[in-house]
Amino acid sequence: MIENAWLIPLFPLIAYVLIIFLTKKSKGISVGIALAAMIASLIVSIGVLVETLQKGITMEAPYQVAVKWLNLSPVENITGLQIDMGILIDPLSAVMMFVVTSIATLVIIYSIGYMHGDPGFSRYFAYMSFFAFSMLLLVIANNFFEMFIGWELVGLCSYLLIGFWFEKPSAAAAANKAFITNRWGDFGFMLGIILLFINFGTFNFTELSQIVQQGAGISAATLTLITLLIFAGPLAKSAQFPLHVWLPDAMEGPTPVSSILHAATMVAAGVYLLARGFVLFQGSPETMLVIAYIGGITAFFAATIALVQRDIKRILAFSTLSQLGYMVMAIGVGSITAGMFHLTTHAFFKCMLFLGAGSVIHAIHDQDIFNMGGLSKKMPITTWTFVIGALSLAGIFPLAGFWSKDEILLVTHEAGFTGLYWLATLVAGMTAFYMFRLIFVAFFGEKRSDHHAHESSPVMTGPLIVLAVFAVFAGWAMVKMGYGQMVYFGHPHQAEINMGIALISSAIALFGIVLAWLIYYKKVIDTDVWAQKLRPIYALLWNKYYIDEIYQWLFDHVMLGLGWLFNQNDRKVVDGVADGFGDTIRHTGGLLRFIQTGSLQNYALVIFGAVIIIVLLMATPVLGGVIK
Amino acid sequence: MITLEHYLLLAAALFSIGLFGAVAKKNAVAVLMGIELMLNSVNINLVAFNRFLMPSQLVGHVFAVFVIVVAAAEVAIGLAIVISIYRDKFSTEVDNLDWLKW
Repeated sequence: MIENAWLIPLFPLIAYVLIIFLTKKSKGISVGIALAAMIASLIVSIGVLVETLQKGITMEAPYQVAVKWLNLSPVENITGLQIDMGILIDPLSAVMMFVVTSIATLVIIYSIGYMHGDPGFSRYFAYMSFFAFSMLLLVIANNFFEMFIGWELVGLCSYLLIGFWFEKPSAAAAANKAFITNRWGDFGFMLGIILLFINFGTFNFTELSQIVQQGAGISAATLTLITLLIFAGPLAKSAQFPLHVWLPDAMEGPTPVSSILHAATMVAAGVYLLARGFVLFQGSPETMLVIAYIGGITAFFAATIALVQRDIKRILAFSTLSQLGYMVMAIGVGSITAGMFHLTTHAFFKCMLFLGAGSVIHAIHDQDIFNMGGLSKKMPITTWTFVIGALSLAGIFPLAGFWSKDEILLVTHEAGFTGLYWLATLVAGMTAFYMFRLIFVAFFGEKRSDHHAHESSPVMTGPLIVLAVFAVFAGWAMVKMGYGQMVYFGHPHQAEINMGIALISSAIALFGIVLAWLIYYKKVIDTDVWAQKLRPIYALLWNKYYIDEIYQWLFDHVMLGLGWLFNQNDRKVVDGVADGFGDTIRHTGGLLRFIQTGSLQNYALVIFGAVIIIVLLMATPVLGGVIK
Repeated sequence: MITLEHYLLLAAALFSIGLFGAVAKKNAVAVLMGIELMLNSVNINLVAFNRFLMPSQLVGHVFAVFVIVVAAAEVAIGLAIVISIYRDKFSTEVDNLDWLKW
């Protein structure tokens, strides 16, 4: 099975091509193709995962096949360029491909119900297939260049899907925002891999890790520069502070898109890159420090914003930001095991939470949680899967989120980042609070508006139930299966539970839940009064720390100012020089034209005079004549 | 006794008259006639030099014949142009022939 791993990205690509070029007219066939391709990929990736485990393929001894794609041989002192297209199968990519294909399959099934009756039905499934292809290409890549291709395609697909309802101005704007914000990161990433090739002469992950481990032969400053530039990629793609602004707006797309984007395909790419290129990052302690603190700051910052938001998808979006911060922080403190573990479990329960939110929105066509209320009786499956997801996200024993979050707290503590550890623990409490605020307000209590909620069709609840099973058991199962021995860097990491850390985080999470229950279910205090009292803080959080406004101001004043300056420079200086030449010559010509009389005889006289002068010059020795 | 200088003076006088005619006359035909005069003064020069400097050779005569042939051709074309212009403008005034002016 493992030698057929190249089929995994191929199936969705074929589905995309077929749907776009052949079957777009027929909705049924299009869905069938997309789903069949995704299931085929899922089967192959399960086979690959099983075989990877059985054959004992480890991080040090991966399975790798590549074909030459571009080969420019060196000419004299110009270095050549070799780019491969290959596949790299190790536990990291095998697990990641399983996550991507399984979530994509479930989301596609769910979308059949959610997108029912949409005019762009076939187009939607084509884009979804292409999205899955791009992500799988990125995951399976065996070199930075191939990964970059997948990386850019993922960005393109997210643009297409966020702007799926492009006739809505807000969706079009959100798609642009996502794409443009990602360009900043992609630019840094591209510079990084170019520098990488200049310094090491290869894009290949395995070769790079050998070179770096044997002693890079380049200065620490260069390596820091390269890794910081590469980190700009994940900074934008995994929506870390300060390039996080696109993710909350990305919910303008259809909800299943948010679901797959937040769980498996888009934001996971950044964390995956950090894990894949970990050997480079580890070579530079300064970069690691930056990564760890950026992650920690993002986790805290996003959680505080999520405390006050009212839109169900927006709360989930900020929760994703916060959880991505956790993952990045875990990798920053030096454990790709913890980061990837949380990525995997988070993918399942965040996907489920978004699909649940989609189910609610599909039912009542409103996204404000304060307009919901009392949904638990009308939509029992959605409600209880949502509660399971929230419990898992809050890190309650023994759900999936508990194991991975605990692992992150543990590695942070062990690596000696005490400040970050307490910050992360605090974030765990805030996470529990805002998730249960959402649940108590939206699903329980009395009905707050005249909505006619109804449970969604089985095609939508089915994936929810499957994901709920994952959200409950995935963490425990992966700990039992020895995730730490599978996905690691350097030496295997034994996942164990530190009772102290587990108890503290669980206690804080429970405290958060109870607090949410008291405030939003029992209503022991009036939230509006407190919002009034803490007006400045509330406004700051509600407006997301005014980051969007700051960017808008920077754009209006700095970018447009620079643009004005360059415009003036171009018009006045550059054009001025060019026009000046032209004007001077035209003006001189205008003066000189008066010597042309147009009279034939004048010309004849001038010619005669000239001949006389030449003869005199030639014939007269006094004037330098040559004839003696 | 007529010497080389006499011939040269005659040729110079003819050339000057021809130049004046070519540069100063208004009529295009007169201009052509001026040019013919200049060419003929050159012919006189050629033949005279041949006669007085190297009488055993015929180089000067041959050149003079060439010049006559070229002059005949030139006049043929020149008159043709003048007629053509006259048909167009009903005038052979050289001052009117300023179409190339700005």
